[in-house]
Amino acid sequence: MKLISQPGPKTDFSMLLLFTIVVLTMPIWLAPIGAGYPDLVQKFAIYGLFATGFNILFGLTGYLSFGHAAFLGVGSYTAVWSFKLLGMNPVPAVLLAIVTSAIFALLIGYISLRRTGIYFSILTLAFAQMCYQLAYSVLTPITNGETGLRVLQSDPRILDGVITSQTEDGGPLITNFFGIDMTKTWETNIFGIDVQLNAGFYFCAFFLILGSYIAMRIFRSPFGMMLRGVKTNQNRMNYTGVNTRPYTLAAFVISGAYAGLAGALLCVTDPLAGAERMFWTASGEVVLMVILGGAGTLMGPMLGAGIIKYFENILSAFNKSTLEGMLGFLPENMLDGTISVLSLFVGEGWHLTLGLLFMVVVIFLPGGLVEGAKSILLKLTGGGSKKSASAQAAE
Amino acid sequence: MSDSKFTVGRRGVIKGGAALGAGLAAPTFFSRGAFADDHSYLNEPKGDTVTLGFNVPQTGAYADEGADELRAYKLAVKHLNGEGDGGMMNTFKPSMLKGNGILGKKVEYVTGDTQTKSDAARASAKRMIEKDGAVMITGGSSSGVAIAVQSLCQEAGVIFMAGLTHSNDTTGKDKRANGFRHFFNGYMSAAALAPVLKNSYGTDRNAYHLTADYTWGWTQEESIAASTEEMGWNTVKKVRTPLGAGDFSQYITPVLESGADTLVLNHYGKDMVNSLTQAVQFGLRDKQVNGKDFTIIVPLYSRLMAQGAGENVKGIFGSTNWHWSLSDEGSQAFVKSFGQEYGFPPSQAAHTCYVQTLLYANACEMAGTFAPCGVIDALEDFEFDGLGNGKTLYRGADHQCFKDVLVVKGKENPSSQFDILEVVEVTPAAQVTYSPDHSMFAGGELGSCNNGA
Repeated sequence: MKLISQPGPKTDFSMLLLFTIVVLTMPIWLAPIGAGYPDLVQKFAIYGLFATGFNILFGLTGYLSFGHAAFLGVGSYTAVWSFKLLGMNPVPAVLLAIVTSAIFALLIGYISLRRTGIYFSILTLAFAQMCYQLAYSVLTPITNGETGLRVLQSDPRILDGVITSQTEDGGPLITNFFGIDMTKTWETNIFGIDVQLNAGFYFCAFFLILGSYIAMRIFRSPFGMMLRGVKTNQNRMNYTGVNTRPYTLAAFVISGAYAGLAGALLCVTDPLAGAERMFWTASGEVVLMVILGGAGTLMGPMLGAGIIKYFENILSAFNKSTLEGMLGFLPENMLDGTISVLSLFVGEGWHLTLGLLFMVVVIFLPGGLVEGAKSILLKLTGGGSKKSASAQAAE
Repeated sequence: MSDSKFTVGRRGVIKGGAALGAGLAAPTFFSRGAFADDHSYLNEPKGDTVTLGFNVPQTGAYADEGADELRAYKLAVKHLNGEGDGGMMNTFKPSMLKGNGILGKKVEYVTGDTQTKSDAARASAKRMIEKDGAVMITGGSSSGVAIAVQSLCQEAGVIFMAGLTHSNDTTGKDKRANGFRHFFNGYMSAAALAPVLKNSYGTDRNAYHLTADYTWGWTQEESIAASTEEMGWNTVKKVRTPLGAGDFSQYITPVLESGADTLVLNHYGKDMVNSLTQAVQFGLRDKQVNGKDFTIIVPLYSRLMAQGAGENVKGIFGSTNWHWSLSDEGSQAFVKSFGQEYGFPPSQAAHTCYVQTLLYANACEMAGTFAPCGVIDALEDFEFDGLGNGKTLYRGADHQCFKDVLVVKGKENPSSQFDILEVVEVTPAAQVTYSPDHSMFAGGELGSCNNGA
């Protein structure tokens, strides 16, 4: 007898295995659609992690934070300062970023979680905008304001030369994982497709897989069940004598730490931190990612992050000539009309496409793309899967 | 059910074997010519085309400049490929350009939107380098972005030809071996403006600075304050405003109370249009302070901005890199072919981007290769003429161009919507030249050139 039907550990394991394979082969299967180059697959992994962490808070407890970009920014700044002071090794940067952003999340969460619903959202938004303003103008000596914080040749970097041999002067400042440059890319050709395998991507992918595994364990744990309880009916939980605040605060801190880790990884792949990462639009973006993919599902946020980043980087670079190349098969008289209509939705108009997709998902697939895919799959396979599910339950 | 946990079926063995086989075979896929570095430099053009990356702001406070830059790049590509009337290629001396592309390869291009944000700019530059195989990146309409992209290009190993960037730092403390700037900078603006301001407004003024809060604003403010203080002016206050603020009224009101009689607007693009318009609306220019007429100065001017600010620019001094009304042969040729293509005269942003593209192409021809180290050698200390600014030197010590600077003033009686600025003085290059270790530029290292492979 189960209260809520949950897949067993075996399904979870195979799902994680499949996920690992899918993530690790991303540079290969994304190459044909033009998204397999290092910078974009890194972004997929990093924002996938960010959204996965956000989902622990939003998907499980239902608390909608509108200020998670603040933790992303804090993680980024911490990482760059770690590069500046400790050296270009990404490990201390990542660890320090997790700790710092968790502390920030504890402070902001402690205050914000006194309220629920829209008031909570506004509080987190206010905190994030305060962080943004601080980073942008007040704390310029620490953040370098609009220009952005970079690693300079004159920085101390005390561990460089101790761990690695990167001591030569004037060389480019690249993050270096015990001798492996994070920008190192191996180019190869698999089945006629040019593939770029990038060290920085695999560094990020490791954390994505680890992060997804931890998220999965949280989803399945009693702690996760408690969080779902908060989402379903917090008042009832309170009436039964459970103090839910520590649980929600823990979820907030965990998701803040995920965001900090994502922020640090952004700097590992590209050692620069700018205040715009903390702007409210960045906070809104992660909400979009999670809702688009499916809040409360394990893989949804990752999918949503992928779609948004793909749109932002690929669709935004389409121009008229790209469209002409793609639609060359159309007859002449239809071509011009089609292109002039479609060109509204690509290039600078990619936001329009994203907006439409978002509307379609929210209106017709309220559970996000993952839920939508599940229900379609269920319809296609007819009652078959239902039967087996009931058989399993009976067993 | 539980007893089946550890039993292995026939299917399981087959599946496992297949997976194992695939796993063992994988390394052979990867190793096939894979890790061997057969490039002598990053993104070496292999076919009969070469790809350039144009990274300009298409959204944000500098979008107007970005749009004009892109027009200029497209025109430059046309001319390089031997289409159109050739524009400044006909007046450029000494030139090795033949109108058959670069080194015989047809020029193609990809574009990206910097959004006037360092993050977005680096992401789109990376896309152009990693995915589209661009061998040179150019553009940027903000110094913050230009510096961020310049250091990215240095790390990646491609050439960066800076577009519109006016901060001292671009070729000062943030200079890079792979980066080159044709545009002038804050120091040059100040050096050119100071004598003109002295003649018009005297040596006894109290200046109030409103400054865009990033590297360009900081260095321009520093430069203007230094050269105006040298001639006797007093700097009352320096106030930093966020980039893209939109509404500047909260910053302009205190100017009236401060006792200052001169307002220096270290703003550019839409920011300058907004702050200048609001300053005029608040009646600053009709005021008398300390017995003098209140004046406004916009150190970095552009025709696009002047157009946006309309009537308000009349009589206001500033400096500019180039102006379409110049009568030299190169400028005329450029204005003519730009006008034929788009129906209006080019801005200074368009000019510098067009020139940078031509200079890059010519350097490749001189070096006989696209390899960054070769191109850098060709560009360093290259002297040229006929590109609209008179005799120009690309100084090797900091990769900055030295040429004449124009001091301009908003026209009192404009004859057309483009004829808004008049050139007051052409400050000779010698007067704006500084030594590479000048205190406003010191602290950076070019480093060594990077081929990226």
